[in-house]
Amino acid sequence: CGAAMAAAGGRSWFRGLALGVSLLKCLLVPAYYSTDFEVHRNWLAITHNLPLSQWYYEATSEWTLDYPPFFAWFEYALSHVAKYFDPKMLVIENLNYSSHATIFFQRFSVIFTDILFIYAVHECCRCVNGKRAAKDILEKPTFILAVLLLWNFGLLIVDHIHFQYNGFLFGLMLLSVARLCQRRYLEGALLFAVLLHFKHIYMYVAPAYGIYLLRSYCFTANHADGSLKWRSFSFLHLTLLGLIVCLVSALSLGPFIVLGQLPQVMSRLFPFKRGLCHAYWAPNFWALYNAVDKALTVLGLKCNFLDHTKIPKASMTGGLVQEFQHTVLPSVTPLATLICTFISILPSVFCLWFKPQGPRGFLQCLVLCALSSFMFGWHVHEKAILLAILPLSLLSVQRAKDAGIYLILTTTGHFSLFPLLFTPPELPTKILLMLLFTVYSFSSLKSLFRRERPLLNWLETIYLIQLVPLEIFCEFIFPLTPWKWHYPFVPLLLTSVYCALGVTYAWLKLYISVLTERISVRQKAE
Amino acid sequence: MEKWSLMTITVLLALTVRWTVSLSSYSGAGKPPMYGDYEAQRHWQEVTYNLPIRQWYFNTSDNNLLYWGLDYPPLTAYHSLVCAYIAKLINPDWIALHTSRGYESQPHKLFMRTTVILADLLVYIPAVILYCFSLKETSTKKKVSSALCILLYPGLILIDHGHFHLGLALWGVLYLSYDWDLLGSVAFCLALNYKQMELYHSLPFFCYLLGKCFKKGLKGKGLVLLTKIAGTVVVSFAVCWLPFCTDMEQIMQVLRRLFPIDRGLFEDKVANIWCSLSVLIKIKNIISPQTQLKLSFAVTFLSLLPACIKLTAQPSLRGFKFALVSCALSFFLFSFQVHEKSILLVSVPVCLIINEIPFMATWFLLVSTFSMLPLLLKDGLLLAYTVTMLAFLSVCTTSFSIFEKTSAEDLQLKQFSLSLKGHVSWLKSFPKIVRTLFLLSITLMAVLSLMSATVHPPQRLPDLFPLSVSVISCLHFILFLVYFNVVILWDSKNSRSQKKIS
Repeated sequence: CGAAMAAAGGRSWFRGLALGVSLLKCLLVPAYYSTDFEVHRNWLAITHNLPLSQWYYEATSEWTLDYPPFFAWFEYALSHVAKYFDPKMLVIENLNYSSHATIFFQRFSVIFTDILFIYAVHECCRCVNGKRAAKDILEKPTFILAVLLLWNFGLLIVDHIHFQYNGFLFGLMLLSVARLCQRRYLEGALLFAVLLHFKHIYMYVAPAYGIYLLRSYCFTANHADGSLKWRSFSFLHLTLLGLIVCLVSALSLGPFIVLGQLPQVMSRLFPFKRGLCHAYWAPNFWALYNAVDKALTVLGLKCNFLDHTKIPKASMTGGLVQEFQHTVLPSVTPLATLICTFISILPSVFCLWFKPQGPRGFLQCLVLCALSSFMFGWHVHEKAILLAILPLSLLSVQRAKDAGIYLILTTTGHFSLFPLLFTPPELPTKILLMLLFTVYSFSSLKSLFRRERPLLNWLETIYLIQLVPLEIFCEFIFPLTPWKWHYPFVPLLLTSVYCALGVTYAWLKLYISVLTERISVRQKAE
Repeated sequence: MEKWSLMTITVLLALTVRWTVSLSSYSGAGKPPMYGDYEAQRHWQEVTYNLPIRQWYFNTSDNNLLYWGLDYPPLTAYHSLVCAYIAKLINPDWIALHTSRGYESQPHKLFMRTTVILADLLVYIPAVILYCFSLKETSTKKKVSSALCILLYPGLILIDHGHFHLGLALWGVLYLSYDWDLLGSVAFCLALNYKQMELYHSLPFFCYLLGKCFKKGLKGKGLVLLTKIAGTVVVSFAVCWLPFCTDMEQIMQVLRRLFPIDRGLFEDKVANIWCSLSVLIKIKNIISPQTQLKLSFAVTFLSLLPACIKLTAQPSLRGFKFALVSCALSFFLFSFQVHEKSILLVSVPVCLIINEIPFMATWFLLVSTFSMLPLLLKDGLLLAYTVTMLAFLSVCTTSFSIFEKTSAEDLQLKQFSLSLKGHVSWLKSFPKIVRTLFLLSITLMAVLSLMSATVHPPQRLPDLFPLSVSVISCLHFILFLVYFNVVILWDSKNSRSQKKIS
């Protein structure tokens, strides 16, 4: 009887979770929003009023259109709904316009487009095998995965407080992942190609897609030991893939090529004039690099190795570090970061090619690509960590080892998003939501892998626990001290350097586990 | 997952919802000259901090009682005083005498919201958690889900964190009073001294304790217990009122402030009998205020009587909880000078029995929140109202699967239906009828909510929507009163032992 009931209510819990999180999103409507709100309002106005040929030239507002054409079309479609809410928000000159109707419309457009994300999560949950079937619904891997994805802290605060449209973009990505897992390769490729033309940051994970599709779709068979059977190459499959990519690109960029505006579009999409690090340092390798440089400078000045007069005045005031000049260590150029990223991605791609493990291997490679480019990329935003966290959730509910890495990466990665919200009313919101997600992820994964060894060792546990005093210091104690006026950047610096340690550690641990993994005979048989 | 991590998640969820609701606007925001309840609370901090205790309840040149004069019992005043000390530390302007009237700013809003959520966190939430853990014969999952439902009850969240009402936090104290008689009576006295409306619950407390004493025998242990309880009550009252005991005039003035008899039978649009009847008959104009008072007193007393007698004769914890509900409901429906927020006094005990009659409790809680709709609309809480109502409904349906629990037995009506032999054919379709009624009433509430939010009322009838909201809720409440009384009166020990056997 119980089993029958569970089967009947099998999907009702999913609906409950999705509804619950959507309602929570509605409650966040009156919360603080960042300048990204104005960015998107401006894009609504641009795409609504101007012809295609001026979309990438318009510069009345400082927030020019710098997303690929599909996103511009998306804004264009939204603008036709927006005019029924408040036509004034569609006037280009109405800078920083934010009437109640505008806020409602923009917020609800995010919540509404998240339906795609919810559907994608639903599909992903179907890919997770239910071998570890538990009686209690709360301990089912699919249930845990659904919560980890739908209630993801980072996505909630970035989309629904800070304001961005990551939800449906990640929906597209997860949906393409799910399609690849279901061996519907063409659909997956199509979705990913479309996604790339919505937001080009997803280029970071394109190597994983390319290699995986080539290895598992264009080559249709393997030798018995897992190595590649060159004879099985299917030219048809390759042509199909190529056709999809070309068609999607033509649809998106074609009009601009015809207009001869491709260089302008590209210069908007890839602004290399920005600095190495974003205003607030994302917790990656360069944050550590900068910190070491800073420490060496201070040390050098104390010991008189360095000359005071020769040191460039680093603009480290106000917590905004746009142009950071290195004093001791060599300065970093965009090309150097590109090479670093390339080198760090390479091993994971090799792994995917030589040690094929089906969807699992693909997901590992995807996460590694995202993490590596986060570690070494030029002008990386802290929000980009979500690109690694979300796919890693899929792995975390399947293996204890990945679950441990997931816990470290999400906790530090999410914590590093805290500086995004700095207004007092949002302080309790972000702390409560973070606690909610962290407590849930720890307790659920712990109970899921109850029978295996502990997910975290003592060192990792201590590292994570120390985030609490760090937060208390940064948000509560530091503003009361006199340093607040002289060194306002200290909390940001501490947060980003401390989190960078955790993210780097998780990256290395995941890399090592992927590289040393052996192909099991069972998986080969599959 | 473990019990504690589930409970932690529940509490965090409840806190998150409370805080996000508090991001929206509050009662009387930017509406001079009187503002709203938010300003009342702030004004009390100002008064209690700056004036000596002797002047708190008196009309003086520094204390204009017509401008949100203190009309709550001493404990509320002390609480305001404590908050005022903290406010003084942060920004003295917030509580400066005279000049701070109508003070509004973002940091101040933040401060006021924090005081509410702290009071909730310290008193109400632990009480709910302890209560849910003390429930017997239920699984951990059931305990957690009842805690979740109680904590997500929209009425309380919206009024406390949206509309702004500090007093209700102390309701939690009620819950504690289940384990020990003495501690329970202390807790209840404190609650009574926090808010005089707590009197709604006093009769069940009195009857329950009295019944318990009778049961033990009036000559032996019972008498000892009775004296003990009486002593505790007197002492705890004395402690609360100590600063006012300097002379009789003080005490009388406080009492006069607490029970303003001259205000009339009802104010605004309340979902009780008097307001609904006045649609047909203008009671206020026909009868003199003195007669109104007597009439309402008599009707209230009559409606209370059955439940109280039953409780005194057969005191049981279960009967006590049901009596709390029905007595508070009778007070709300029939008594003098009722405010629409007073429905929360009924809702809180209903929360206590949500695990016993999930279907009816959910229904009642939804109606009770709906009855406050005009108030919430005035404060611009439409979004929060819709969201929390939907969340509450879906949490209740998923955690208790209420739609499958509509049979007579699930509604605790087995005894009653057995005594109605001869109507078997009618009883068979009973669950279906109940379910249809529920859906009908939900739809009605949804439609009316939507209409009052969007449609302008016709010019001749400006109060059309608030009035229909209160009349509809009133009809619901009357039916609920009948239902609860039936459950109480037909409840006997046999039925429960039968249930255990089956």
